[in-house]
Amino acid sequence: MVEIRWHSRAGQGAVSGAKGLGDVVATTGKEVQAFALYGSAKRGAALRAYNRIDDEVIFNHAKFMYPDFVLVIDPALALSDNITVNDKPETKYIITTHLTKEELIASIPDLHDKADRVFVVDCIQISLDTIKRSMPNAPMLGAFVKISGMFELDYFLENMKRVLQKFPQKIIDANMDAITRAYNEVN
Amino acid sequence: MAEKFDLNDREVWDGNYAASQALRQAQVDVVVAYPITPSTPIVENYGAYVANGYIDGEFVMVESEHAAMSGCIGASAAGGRVSTATSSQGFALMAEVLYQASGMRLPIVLNVVNRALASPLNVRGDHSDMYLGRDAGWIQMGAFNAQEAYDLALCAFKVAENHSVRLPVMVHQDGFITSHTAQNVYPLMDDVAYDFIGDIVPVDDMLDFSRPVTYGAQTEEDWHFEHKARQHKAIMDSTGVIDNAFEEFEKLTGRKYNRVESYNMEDADVAIIALGTTVETAVVAAKRLRESEGVKAGVVAIRCFRPFPYEEVREALKNVKSIAVTDRSSPGGAMGAFFNEVSAAMYTSESRPLVTNFIYGLGGRDFSIDEAIRIFKEQQAHADAGHITTEIQQFSGLRGPHLGFFKTARS
Repeated sequence: MVEIRWHSRAGQGAVSGAKGLGDVVATTGKEVQAFALYGSAKRGAALRAYNRIDDEVIFNHAKFMYPDFVLVIDPALALSDNITVNDKPETKYIITTHLTKEELIASIPDLHDKADRVFVVDCIQISLDTIKRSMPNAPMLGAFVKISGMFELDYFLENMKRVLQKFPQKIIDANMDAITRAYNEVN
Repeated sequence: MAEKFDLNDREVWDGNYAASQALRQAQVDVVVAYPITPSTPIVENYGAYVANGYIDGEFVMVESEHAAMSGCIGASAAGGRVSTATSSQGFALMAEVLYQASGMRLPIVLNVVNRALASPLNVRGDHSDMYLGRDAGWIQMGAFNAQEAYDLALCAFKVAENHSVRLPVMVHQDGFITSHTAQNVYPLMDDVAYDFIGDIVPVDDMLDFSRPVTYGAQTEEDWHFEHKARQHKAIMDSTGVIDNAFEEFEKLTGRKYNRVESYNMEDADVAIIALGTTVETAVVAAKRLRESEGVKAGVVAIRCFRPFPYEEVREALKNVKSIAVTDRSSPGGAMGAFFNEVSAAMYTSESRPLVTNFIYGLGGRDFSIDEAIRIFKEQQAHADAGHITTEIQQFSGLRGPHLGFFKTARS
């Protein structure tokens, strides 16, 4: 079982990102779950979204988890939200930021002893450059593909095209660019 | 002729989307709706399917849930295949009309996405609304995940429209935990799903002008009781039709449903009996506890809440020493309603096991594997002692001081 926790603000697309990821993972024959904790949250409110991935049918419906990956798609939440809660000694962090990895870790005491498991990527800038607005979910997926090693990039891109098929070609292309750039830039 | 909808063998759908796909495949003639969180996407999607030509049907928007169910009654009495969806306060506002639908023996399918009742206002899942409908004369089925929300919606039409049943059916799923959680769902192809249900053959349809009929007539003490008794008998007798529908569904899909589901119960000493998504979380806990500590834990689940499966519950729990009955609804000054029903079933059994009650998960409070394990261990302690060592009713997952009521008066 792989468990993933997304930290996001309502409107940044964590729920769509989690569902899109679930959709692609399911094509590999695995069982998936994608859900979020929001409800009546307004745009800008902090929220958490979740994925579970397993070879067996997933029976656990609890929200509680010890995540294997923590994906932070809002730069400020890395500082203000408790992103390390319920983590494990091997939990990996992918955090969107304009800072260098060293600068980011220096500013978050909880990450000081986890430096080898922290990865950074500027999902906001990448989405501004490619999708032309702040939509950090797609770049985060690219970074996750790289860090998790769960798929080949080309496989993921092909399947994301299917997930996005109802959108105009221009938007699909921009998302593919965003995923590819983040895949190459995450470090 | 409806447009073809592209479906894959394996989809990733949440419970709402899954239920709406069942409505599309059933080619529901009329949906009358007033949307409410978290069930909104079911009727919203139906409206989109109609607008985009995927269903030859009619989507009627009204001013309240009371009007929504009233409209469903009209359309159903006219002879159509009819469905809608609601939750919480919307369900409460429908309450009056739910009794009218069942009293008129109309085969409406209501998708209930369970949500807490205010006050305080809360959009998340608990079973307050489901319990509110338990005496309304409807068949009530419960889904534990998105796949089942889809499967049971298909089965619901087949049961409701059967001429020996002719009763409305609710299909319940947990708000957010099922309705907004995307999971792998394996749908039937459109023609297979439709053929499983078949065409609706209306009884006494009001649009048959050659044979005028009256619906909702007045009966005072002369006939009201007989009508209600027949209605009760019809719901009690629906078990055979439900079982047949589940058997036919298994032949098509390999997915077998039972009015009572049992997990790891063959040799179980202690059990949790539950409704909704809690069932599956408890199953994970039971397996872990068996592996880690050798506690013989099992789970019994109610698939069909009405008609209540007394005999099957008794059979499933007959060899158990201690049972935790979990109620996800504020009991308001009594034991949980589900506890009362399980207790009634077990009191008339040979073994008369210990039965305890947990109130949990109100307003969407998380129910974790660890908490299920704790509850199992407590049941083991009762079993070892031979009597209930705690209060009979306890609150689970509550912040603040422990809350419990009633001690056993039996040694």
